[in-house]
Amino acid sequence: MDNVTLIAVASIVTAGITTGIGCMMPAMGEGKSVSSALSSIAQQPDAAPTITRTLFVGLAMIESTAIYCFVVSMILIFANPFWNHIIAK
Amino acid sequence: MKLSPDETIFWQHGFITINLTIATTWAIMLVLVVASLLITRKLKTGIHISRAQCILEMLVTGMNNQIKDIGLDKPEQYIGFIGTLFLFIVTANICIIFPWYEPPTGSLSTTVALAVSVFIAVPFFGIEKSGITGYLKSYIKPTVIMLPFNLISEITRTLALAVRLFGNIMSGGMIVAILLSITPFIFPIVMKVLGLLTGMVQAYIFSILATVYIAAAVREGKKKDKIKSITNNLKEVKNG
Repeated sequence: MDNVTLIAVASIVTAGITTGIGCMMPAMGEGKSVSSALSSIAQQPDAAPTITRTLFVGLAMIESTAIYCFVVSMILIFANPFWNHIIAK
Repeated sequence: MKLSPDETIFWQHGFITINLTIATTWAIMLVLVVASLLITRKLKTGIHISRAQCILEMLVTGMNNQIKDIGLDKPEQYIGFIGTLFLFIVTANICIIFPWYEPPTGSLSTTVALAVSVFIAVPFFGIEKSGITGYLKSYIKPTVIMLPFNLISEITRTLALAVRLFGNIMSGGMIVAILLSITPFIFPIVMKVLGLLTGMVQAYIFSILATVYIAAAVREGKKKDKIKSITNNLKEVKNG
């Protein structure tokens, strides 16, 4: 394999793996946090506004890790610096 | 495929570039300012108020309550900044129901600008509350060892704010574009509806996080005031 093929293969495979793992793990974390928030709302319905607000902020924090993975894979596919470098050569 | 509206350029001269992001941002700012001016020109205090005034009152009251819930006692000081952030992001994200509209929040330059304004506003409100030394002392709490971590967290949370908003909005547009080429009939509309929900939630989260950061910077000063008043009371009691 020459360099161009190598870079293309590495970029595409890494982009797929990045999005795959980066969707799995935050999904598990979000599921856990939502389930515990729901059970605590069921125990204490009075505290629902506070729990919901904290849940939203926490979900955003967890989801941002997934978003980072997505951004990295988008960069690898659409704006790959290594690919541009080797094409310009 | 275009990653962001930055790449649609209308006019360029030297390093000055007028692209779609700037045009849309100025249009949204114009709409917000003109609408607020028109509505607040004739405010009434009676029972019968206009619909627009009712909407604005609901917005302002709701935002004040949210800010107060997080721990800022006087929300009137902060609603100017936080409310503007919220309204701008909401308008920018909701307008995706119009055809050919590209949200300016889907460009990294806009979200970085918003995050940098939060980055500047946090020490501004902190210094306003507790003075420069009082604010700088909050960096070496609880111990001096925490100083580098506090500094790093200032930078990383600004980066996270910017990339979170950008990634969510950009991914919404990207998914619609990809689905249009695979299943062009119903699914893009479903994803667009999901994008409306995501846009609202992201605007809420951006402003809530800005409020939380400001509240953390302001709270240091508040604690000091409380301790001072308690010690003063003790002194008065001791002196009789």
